[in-house]
Amino acid sequence: MRQTTQVNELAITVVGRDRPGIIADVSAALSRLGLNLTDSTMTLLRGHFAMTLICVGEVDESDVLGMLEPLTADGGLLATAHRVPPEPSGANTGAPYTLLVHGADRLGIVAAVTGVMAEIGGNVTDLTTRLSGTLYLLSAEIDLPSSADFDELLTKLDEVADRLGVEVSLRSGDADVL
Amino acid sequence: MRPVVAAPDSVLSRAGDPVDPLDPEIVALAADLVATMRVAPGCVGLAAPQVGVSAQVFVVDVTGHPRARTCHGTVALCNAEVVEASRWQKGREGCMSVPDLTGDVKRAGHLVVRGTPPGTGEPITLTTDAFEARAFQHEIDHCAGLLFLDRVPGPHAIFARKVYL
Ligand SMILES: [Zn+2]
Repeated sequence: MRQTTQVNELAITVVGRDRPGIIADVSAALSRLGLNLTDSTMTLLRGHFAMTLICVGEVDESDVLGMLEPLTADGGLLATAHRVPPEPSGANTGAPYTLLVHGADRLGIVAAVTGVMAEIGGNVTDLTTRLSGTLYLLSAEIDLPSSADFDELLTKLDEVADRLGVEVSLRSGDADVL
Repeated sequence: MRPVVAAPDSVLSRAGDPVDPLDPEIVALAADLVATMRVAPGCVGLAAPQVGVSAQVFVVDVTGHPRARTCHGTVALCNAEVVEASRWQKGREGCMSVPDLTGDVKRAGHLVVRGTPPGTGEPITLTTDAFEARAFQHEIDHCAGLLFLDRVPGPHAIFARKVYL
């Protein structure tokens, strides 16, 4: 929802050694500053804790880093905080697609596949990659502009898939309103 | 026509009360649901909690929808329940009451539903499939105080809804 008043948004990242309770500690620290945790995402990347969040509140970067200092002091976690201008949310246009790639790990898979998407103005809205043994997996949500030539895109993706020896599939993520 | 309420309105998370299908207020409510569904673009179903009434009444109409196979036209049901459900399939759903999100939800692709049309005292049994089955399950969930958000299988199954121009 668009805010009518100017909001102060902070982009915060916390990355490092995982243990139970990091999110509880981080969110408690942020709430002590009166920061409202809006959108956030957290996952484990190869065992590393990785959290990215956008918060709203009237504090500065240094206040955030100061409040997180007890968590970062021993070097187990790295935190960053930056003020960011508010972005319009929920205003993406285009048709949603889910992209899946899997195959043997090769240098440049992500670059090649997302490059094809970028060429036609496709915007990645969510992306996960995993290396599991020798199996490489990429899954992404992509908005394609209505002007995109879908058949041409599939042809290009097939070319990339053949060249890299991976399987690529693209399917509509269109939702039905019920 | 009635205004549609959006989450986090608590009425959407409350199980609706069973109703008397012969109650004139319920018949009027069902007619309002149909009228409200008709004017909302792309809307194929609407349940009483979505207009702020905690009651087990919903309407569905998937006529002309590309993913529909069996289609019963405009259906209104009171106190509906799922009798049989099989052939589970994943599909992406949105909801007028959750305007900015969509989610991947498994629904039965083969469904038998029992309920009573408003204005009658006679329960009917409907057998359906594909998209109409999905719509029935979504609306029956509304009547039980459940949103599609309650059915998504995991954190990567909820998405920002795209706005089409
Ligand atoms: Zn709904």
